[in-house]
Amino acid sequence: MSIAITTQFICFTVLSLVVITGALGVVLLESIVYSAFLLGGVFMSVAGLYLLLNASFVAAAQVLVYVGAVNVLIIFAIMLVNKKEDLKPINDIKSRRIISTSICLTLLSLLIRVDLTNVWSLSSPQTSIGEESTIRIGEHLFSDYLLPFEVASVLLLMAMIGAIVLARRDVMSKDISTGLPVDQELIEKSSEPLLTNKN
Amino acid sequence: MNLESIPLQAFLIVSSVLFCIGIWGLLNSRNAVRVLMSIELMLNAVNINLMAFSSYIDNNLIQGQVFAIFVITVAAAEAAVGLAILLSLYRNRVTVDMENFNLLKW
Repeated sequence: MSIAITTQFICFTVLSLVVITGALGVVLLESIVYSAFLLGGVFMSVAGLYLLLNASFVAAAQVLVYVGAVNVLIIFAIMLVNKKEDLKPINDIKSRRIISTSICLTLLSLLIRVDLTNVWSLSSPQTSIGEESTIRIGEHLFSDYLLPFEVASVLLLMAMIGAIVLARRDVMSKDISTGLPVDQELIEKSSEPLLTNKN
Repeated sequence: MNLESIPLQAFLIVSSVLFCIGIWGLLNSRNAVRVLMSIELMLNAVNINLMAFSSYIDNNLIQGQVFAIFVITVAAAEAAVGLAILLSLYRNRVTVDMENFNLLKW
């Protein structure tokens, strides 16, 4: 990208700060709705990082797929399952927090050490194809990555059918096991919990 | 792009931090929707890594960008199926608390 180095630095700093603080907000905030909207911000900033890396096509795909589809899907799911419930306190929550945080910090220090100490064999900037990356991605997808491309379309079809089958409501008039009439109400209104009495 | 401008390590560190935040959220969330969000964060961290390597190490063939597109595809499929499973679970147990999903516990 042909913008000045200082501008690149400023863009990178702002975008990475937004990514990291947004991600912290996603996992730490009390309200799940705020988390979902912050997640959209994180996805947009990651798309900005892709633009800094000369990948305009992947940035557009990131905005379309993540912000336009995944984030909207998450917000719809929150709308469907957003019931205020009092979480049962866990006895050993403190030790769990300590263990998981120490695992994460250890992994983080390991990753950062690898990032900083490894000698990366950087290629020369002269070979960079820059803004023509979209053309190159198209060539890849229809030559050496043709089979994964087609398999991905089958995967998307399977995911779509699977999601419909899993999420649709029962339309049978009678329950198969008990023979009782199935109520066709939305479960948010009134319905006996099926499995909650087990424990 | 001037490769001396932003070092590769900066992108790698951002993605490492994002990945670890995702793992922390995955381990500590009690809301199942937040667990799915943490998985999305981790997938994004991996994508940043792929894109950074593709731009700095393989900037002529850019196979990393093709990989990132496939990761985005699989992430979209995963989110759709994951949220469908979540809705179905919610229909059966009327909760999204991860501590209550213990049907497979022995």
